[in-house]
Amino acid sequence: MADPMRIRAQAAGDKATVRVLMAHEMETGQRKDAAGKSIPAWYIQEVTAQLNGKTVLTAQWGPSVAKNPFLQFNVKGAKAGDKIGVAWVDNKGDKRTDETTVS
Amino acid sequence: MHTRREMLTRSAQVAGMLAALGMLPGVAQAQTARYNTAAFDAKTMADLMKALGGAAPVESKDVTITGPDIAENGAVVPVGAATSLPGVKRLLLLVEKNPAMLSAMFDVSEAVEPNFSTRVKMGQSSNVFAVAMMADGKVLYAAKEVKVTLGGCGG
Amino acid sequence: MRSTPTAQAVLTLLAACMAAAPTVAQQKSAADGIAEYRAMLADGNPAELFEAKGEDLWKKKRGPKNASLEQCDLGKGPGVVKGAFVELPRYFADTSRVQDLESRLLTCMERLQGFDPVAISKTAFGQGEQLTMEGLTAWISAESRGLKFNLPQAHADERKTFELGKRAFFYRGGPYDFSCASCHGQPDKRIRLQDLPDLTKNPGNGIGFAAWPAYRVSSGEMWSMQRRLNDCFRQQRFPYPGYASDVTIALGVYMGVNAKGAESIAPALKR
Repeated sequence: MADPMRIRAQAAGDKATVRVLMAHEMETGQRKDAAGKSIPAWYIQEVTAQLNGKTVLTAQWGPSVAKNPFLQFNVKGAKAGDKIGVAWVDNKGDKRTDETTVS
Repeated sequence: MHTRREMLTRSAQVAGMLAALGMLPGVAQAQTARYNTAAFDAKTMADLMKALGGAAPVESKDVTITGPDIAENGAVVPVGAATSLPGVKRLLLLVEKNPAMLSAMFDVSEAVEPNFSTRVKMGQSSNVFAVAMMADGKVLYAAKEVKVTLGGCGG
Repeated sequence: MRSTPTAQAVLTLLAACMAAAPTVAQQKSAADGIAEYRAMLADGNPAELFEAKGEDLWKKKRGPKNASLEQCDLGKGPGVVKGAFVELPRYFADTSRVQDLESRLLTCMERLQGFDPVAISKTAFGQGEQLTMEGLTAWISAESRGLKFNLPQAHADERKTFELGKRAFFYRGGPYDFSCASCHGQPDKRIRLQDLPDLTKNPGNGIGFAAWPAYRVSSGEMWSMQRRLNDCFRQQRFPYPGYASDVTIALGVYMGVNAKGAESIAPALKR
């Protein structure tokens, strides 16, 4: 299973700002290794976020998103104590889901 | 200050890009709920500028592209796409001179603000676009030039 | 609103400015731009991912002895991690030598967990137990974030190692006759757009010695001080130093003592 994400969710007024760090190589498939062989593409393709179990965000990413991706978004109506979940799926079918509580 | 010609050229560029990505509203396309490979495979600007279709994207002050003027390293360039307008369905981040221009595509639900920040790889100095696809079919964009001192794709 | 010049024109301009005596206006705008870029990245340092790993690795039972590192003495007593980073390198009675963080971790991994420190030293960066070192150094330095460097010099060996480090710092060699001082021996120098801190004195909070370990965005790798020094030697066209070898520890003492009072920002974010 992939390494855990770091998710921080902070309530401010009528929304919560969510900041996520994901552990992923985000390999474009354009690079070659020292021997000259192409390093295969390996990158997160789908990202979703949930507020208390209900999906609030879906996104599709390409390989040009940076390695160890960072994502920031604001969830309306989220308040302290709510649960924010973030999930990703990559092009190999690997997945990761992590959760945090809004502070 | 943009001349009208520059603006039209810019609009044509963005229209071309979106057409090639298969994402202009009004243009028949096979959209699946799953990963849009064609969109993320779209390649050169030259190819894209030929194809025009659907509503021409219009530069809009109500769409914001945030990013640094100069990136020390193209491997990690912080960018953000946002719009103050209601009724936006999707926000896209494009890097004009990357091998495949579409970096990320966010579906905007009622539950999130149309404001996303992430970090992209840029192979070289390039324009970065935030594109807002509206529910009424309009496509709006903002552009920013980001200079990269060292390309971020070579490792 | 000014019209923006093409990227090529700007880079040509920047290059010309760096070659000749730069005008203040050009210099400021590039430097401001870089500062803005760094500020935009400050929140959300991927080093946090390595910190999380490091904490796990400290607490996890591992190695032939199936033990954790929680009894490891980093200079402030067994298991005391907070504040240890800003007092390293220092003398350790149980090994009778001055050791830096990586060297001390090798000692603990050997004695507590049964790992082979020679094998780890020979492992290439970014592989095997070197990944463990990346995580551990990231977390341990994070536990001293914001604290000021205060390396002890009470022990005679600590002072001797400082002098050795100073000598190593100014030692010129290799095909280009470089020393550490070639780049880091005077203030206000720069390579392309990277400022070169003067390491013969305290270059300021979060600068130089106070900025490593760091996550390097250019390669997406977590670099400890040992890796940073290894790469400095490479750039000087010196032979690679041994991992956690005496010369690297001595250089750490020299830089760390010079940085006394500087706040550590490790693990930091670097180009």
